Amino acid sequence: MLQIIRSPQVFDVVVIGSGAGGGTAVKVLTDRGLNVALLEAGPMLHPGKDFKEHVLPWEVDHRGAGAHAEMYFGRTHWFGYWQAPNGFWEIPGEPYTVAPGSQFRWFRSRIVGGRTNHYGRISLRFADYDFQPEDGLSDPWPVTYEEMSPWYDKAEGFIGVTGTKEGLRTAPDGVFLPPVPPRVHEILIQRACKKLNIPCIPSRKAMLTKPLNGRPACHYCGQCGRGCIGGSAYSSAQAQVFPAMKSGRLTVITNAMARELIANDAGKVTAVSYVDKATRSEKQVRCKAVVVAGSTCESARLLLNSKSPRFPGGIANGSDMVGRNLTDSVGYALGGRIPALDGMPRYNSDGIEGMHVYIPWWLYGDKHKNFPRGYHIELGGGFHMPELGSFRGQCSHYEGYGQKLKDKIYEEYGASIGFSGRGEMIPNKKTWCEIDPQVVDQWGIPVLRFHFGWSDAEYNMVRHMEETFSSIIETLGGRVTRDLADPHRAISEGGTIIHEAGTVRMGNDPKTSVLNKYCQAHEVKNLFVADAAPFVSQPDKNVTLSIVAFSWRASEYLAEEMRKGNV
Amino acid sequence: MSEQTRREMFCGIAAAMLSGTLLPAQQAEHIHHAVAEARANGKYAPKALTAHEYATLEHLSEIIIPGSAAAGAPAFIDFLCSVCDDMKDIFTGGIGWLDEQMGHRYQVAGFVDARPEQQTAMLDLIAYRKNASPELNPGIHFFDWARRMVVDGYYTSAAGFKEVGYMGNQGLSHFSVPQEPLQYALKRCPV
Repeated sequence: MLQIIRSPQVFDVVVIGSGAGGGTAVKVLTDRGLNVALLEAGPMLHPGKDFKEHVLPWEVDHRGAGAHAEMYFGRTHWFGYWQAPNGFWEIPGEPYTVAPGSQFRWFRSRIVGGRTNHYGRISLRFADYDFQPEDGLSDPWPVTYEEMSPWYDKAEGFIGVTGTKEGLRTAPDGVFLPPVPPRVHEILIQRACKKLNIPCIPSRKAMLTKPLNGRPACHYCGQCGRGCIGGSAYSSAQAQVFPAMKSGRLTVITNAMARELIANDAGKVTAVSYVDKATRSEKQVRCKAVVVAGSTCESARLLLNSKSPRFPGGIANGSDMVGRNLTDSVGYALGGRIPALDGMPRYNSDGIEGMHVYIPWWLYGDKHKNFPRGYHIELGGGFHMPELGSFRGQCSHYEGYGQKLKDKIYEEYGASIGFSGRGEMIPNKKTWCEIDPQVVDQWGIPVLRFHFGWSDAEYNMVRHMEETFSSIIETLGGRVTRDLADPHRAISEGGTIIHEAGTVRMGNDPKTSVLNKYCQAHEVKNLFVADAAPFVSQPDKNVTLSIVAFSWRASEYLAEEMRKGNV
Repeated sequence: MSEQTRREMFCGIAAAMLSGTLLPAQQAEHIHHAVAEARANGKYAPKALTAHEYATLEHLSEIIIPGSAAAGAPAFIDFLCSVCDDMKDIFTGGIGWLDEQMGHRYQVAGFVDARPEQQTAMLDLIAYRKNASPELNPGIHFFDWARRMVVDGYYTSAAGFKEVGYMGNQGLSHFSVPQEPLQYALKRCPV
């Protein structure tokens, strides 16, 4: 018989996952005086050692190509050598499957801080109509913007978000740090947008333009995606987990892959069973309550794998909604070269990584467009640190060699701009995940099988993105660097924007939802979910800020219910 | 800089990183230069290519991007050849093809033995896709790789950063945009 090592201690709460949701939960719960254990499937993060923030390419023999030149042969399973240690598209020994006819890729992080170590830090509030859709094409959330607004205030006030008050319904204002001034190409894009009647406003990003909560202000090196050693860019590891460890009330258990939530006869979670990856042994940590925040799809997988006579379809899954309602953002990108920028005098354009201004959705309620929901636009450009592949376009376009090629590269360095659309996918019946009946991972944990399909709502949106991006580029006198494409091929592959949401959705009706408005399971009062799994829909506003806000609210509610003896 | 000083500086950087403090940009700059200097001073010994292949690569590199050999582009390519067989095949195969072609056309032992005008005549054929033909395609394919890799190797070196004018990777207390590039772009912009 398998020997299971049980913790002698009963923690008030076990939190599973250390990203934006789990990090926020451990901060709030330890602040409230609770004893918390945090399970993370990957190793501890050591920013000073793990982040390559200021490393220059020639300090590494392969210059960023990977130890076996993987980059040149499309064999990378990561975002690139320089990026923060973060996660992978494929993890040896931890497969997932995709149903025939579907395409889906699943990015998984395995490290303290999860995806927050590298993400773009775009921090956008959902709008009133995102929570209560007026078109009836997706279900309403069990909360309103008015209810969530104070939690967004807390989230922004704590993690630190740049921005300006704009009074737009599509991009509600928040508690903002000063914005970063626009770069030259961004000023040009703002001019084009003004002519086209499109708003282009200061970015809302979780980067500190002033010191906050012991974290230093940004030093504008532009390498946020590599991980910020000082912690000026928000990462749950640095902003929440590390400070919570200092409280003495947090026990972090790394390399712990959660297998199952153990429930008693009364239907309450009493322990979390996990694999200690270092020793390949089976362990249990006992608790009074659990917060699951392993990322949208991992959280669904854990619930579905927690079967018992009382919960034959997985814990808290009487509604059969766990795994359903999966969405990712609609992604589409287009670039162009702007002759006005050719040969521009050089300046240090690093700033904060990514854009200093962005385009929020601007056509809400417009009756002429042929798709229902909206998108926002992220901008790129500037004099980036040269890296492998930076001048592939010039090599390919001009060919040749010698001083002529060198001159072209000098002239066109920094003269290209790029646009990425991030749009709302409407939940559909073709898109969901379930437990694969045949495949298990290296520890014997059944894996997920994905089903994914876009609809015309998304394809038509991609066409509109293409027209918009082209019109901005052309207004600036630029040339689009690629032919217009068929939206069916140009749309991002499901999962690749890494904004999965919705697999453990919240709602007022236990028959059609798993969680109540506080992210508490209808059927299991001491089970909460605090990543993007509870989200009812996928608004055109990146999910991280909302994960922090919802996790904060769920954690405060849990602490209060425990204090009252209700959990 | 002495080995001792350099070691002390690296210890300093490691300590600064472990304690989570930020390195003054000037000090970081100093260390980057020290590393580059150490690399540049030692003559690179090829790990994957033969002496002849490496000499050919160095020569080709200089023609593709003047200054790239001293900036370490050939060493970068040879290093990748030593850790990736697919890369090695591209370069040993390409150099072999080039030598064979030069021998055939000009009765020389190899590319480096030909006269400069013979070398450029050959490269002018394989540097452009428009010249695609069954005879030249292996050379065009190779030259695309060689150009791409030399450009990558050069522009990810200190010399390449300087050539293209990259001014970032600094620690700043605030971000601002100078007037000169802004006025330059605004004057040329149609809106």
